[in-house]
Amino acid sequence: MWEQANEIWWSYGWPALIIVGQSVLLMVALLLIIAYLLLMDRKVWAAVQQRRGPNVVGPFGLFQSFADLLKFVLKEPIIPSGADKSVFLLAPVATTVCALAAWAVIPVSADGWGTWVVSDMNVGILYILAISSLGVYGVIMGGWASNSKYPFMGALRSAAQMVSYEVSIGLVIVTVLLCVGSLNMTDIVNAQKTGLGTQMGFTPSALDWYWLVLLPMFVIFIISALAETNRPPFDLPEAESELVAGFMVEYSSTPYLLFMLGEYVAITTMCALTTILFLGGWLPPVDIWPLNAVPGLIWFLAKIVFVFFLFAMAKAIVPRYRYDQLMRLGWKVFLPISLLMVVVVAAVLQFGPKWGVV
Amino acid sequence: MGLEAFFFYIFSIAAVASAILVIIARNPVHAVLFLILAFFNAAGLFVLLGAEFLAMLLVIVYVGAVAVLFLFVVMMLDVDFAELRAGFIKNAGLGAIVGGIVMLELIMVLGFQSYSSQIIGNPAAPAPLVTDNVTNTEALGRILYTKYIFFFQVAGLILLVAMIGAIVLTLRHKEGVRRQSIAVQVARTPETAMEIIKVAPGQSVFPKNEGPAE
Amino acid sequence: MVDLAGHYLPIAIFIGVALLITAALMIAPFLVAVNNPDPEKVSAYECGFNAFDDARMKFDVRFYLVAILFIIFDLEIAFLFPWALAFKEIGVFGFWSMMIFLGVLTVGFIYEWKKGGLEWD
Repeated sequence: MWEQANEIWWSYGWPALIIVGQSVLLMVALLLIIAYLLLMDRKVWAAVQQRRGPNVVGPFGLFQSFADLLKFVLKEPIIPSGADKSVFLLAPVATTVCALAAWAVIPVSADGWGTWVVSDMNVGILYILAISSLGVYGVIMGGWASNSKYPFMGALRSAAQMVSYEVSIGLVIVTVLLCVGSLNMTDIVNAQKTGLGTQMGFTPSALDWYWLVLLPMFVIFIISALAETNRPPFDLPEAESELVAGFMVEYSSTPYLLFMLGEYVAITTMCALTTILFLGGWLPPVDIWPLNAVPGLIWFLAKIVFVFFLFAMAKAIVPRYRYDQLMRLGWKVFLPISLLMVVVVAAVLQFGPKWGVV
Repeated sequence: MGLEAFFFYIFSIAAVASAILVIIARNPVHAVLFLILAFFNAAGLFVLLGAEFLAMLLVIVYVGAVAVLFLFVVMMLDVDFAELRAGFIKNAGLGAIVGGIVMLELIMVLGFQSYSSQIIGNPAAPAPLVTDNVTNTEALGRILYTKYIFFFQVAGLILLVAMIGAIVLTLRHKEGVRRQSIAVQVARTPETAMEIIKVAPGQSVFPKNEGPAE
Repeated sequence: MVDLAGHYLPIAIFIGVALLITAALMIAPFLVAVNNPDPEKVSAYECGFNAFDDARMKFDVRFYLVAILFIIFDLEIAFLFPWALAFKEIGVFGFWSMMIFLGVLTVGFIYEWKKGGLEWD
């Protein structure tokens, strides 16, 4: 009896406990990073407008996000009388859980022991695509359950916007997969160890990464990622001058916090995805001594922060799109271009000179 | 009981339960949400069978796209429930007949199939393996576009028909909408946009009797 | 073969942990914060007047069209994934096979464009 329990513990309990440990570690690290990315977002925004941004809580406002968290938890949660209570409360939970779930397959570094990832699954990129396509439900459910006009309109707009840009994100991912030939996230990064640069005789460097060979797709991906996550200049669903706060109007306290958190986790996921697909993941920019001695995790984080900085600058300096222009950009510009690029990339790989780019 | 069996029972019980809830939910939006839950559990069952590509596709296509359309429809239709329930009793007999026929057909198809010698040989076979290093996505890709090319092209034609059908059925243009034409805006030059008129002192820009009303 | 224990169990556990953290955040204010609703506070937001009717109204059929077009293009992308993976094995025949498929759908796309199905007004 005792031995049997012991065996079950070592074959199921202990590995499961290790996975729980990894999951908690990754999630806490992710939430901490997001707390500071949020601060960075506000600081960049403030700097562009020649303000100081949050600077009161802690030195340089470093504890601002934690103060905000505390404030949200202590606020009164309001559920509108006409609302569908269960769906109303389910919506923010669904948003955040879906956004967090994507991080299970994102590899953050690799070393002699293997890849630093919770699950190195075969169909990693499809899993990310599936999870990110679920983001739309939190918005629709929240907008519908509130039973109020502004949230309802915001939710409709947001749903149409998110599905429109998912098409071009899917096509961009297909072009990268054509070059890689695997759906595994680690394989996608490793495929960027050699490429255009090494073919021309350089040491492995940033020239090998796909941002250069697939430059148009890189640009389309970043802009689509902004639209997919409802970031400015595509924040139509919560355009405060017309829809007040879009689908979040009726939310307060932590339900509201969970929507914001889900949004920022989704943005960070998009930054990580850009890093993995186009910026070589954890690979150093040039594979020479002082740079390749730096742990891969540091490079990965640095690239995420860099992409997030691009997003923050776009928020600060670009005016908001009009809705018809937004749909036009998605369906009439990005979709044809990315479809054409799939054909071009495939044709080059099939008939072009065998550079060994891929 | 292995871990696989444990998850199999969880997914299948949840799938059946949410499918029942789809039918008995009074609110159509709740029904669609339970349908989404049923899709998720079906995806979980696919994973247990080893068909991970199909599992992800089920989530991407059905949950990510089709169910969004369903939600739009039930949110848009504004269904009157009292009327619907009155109709239920009126049509119950017809519905029962149709349902009975479909069920009989299903029993015939599945019943005969499960007695055929071929299928008895491999009960609940997992996804067949090509080789150990080929994922099932790649195995699918190797045959879908070459061996099964006609089915693949027919799928393309069906999608074309769906696209044209959707446009024919739903597209209505509003009258009197002035759309932005970016090509026209970009093509505008100072020559086409302005007219420079030399105005002599003491004279109007407008010819006589055509000036703005006083 | 699919490594269920190695690949999918961690995902299930990860989602479970995410659910726990999220649920904890969700429940926290109901336990610690004040809860003092009154009819004005819990009424639906409007610009200074009481809501006239139910907020769930009929909306533009165009949203419906966008959702249908999304399904069609999503399926197209779904067909592209295995193709991109097996690209090197299936050779020139597989390449042209997909080009015909994309060509057929491009015909539909051009029809849609010409009909004004992509206009938003």
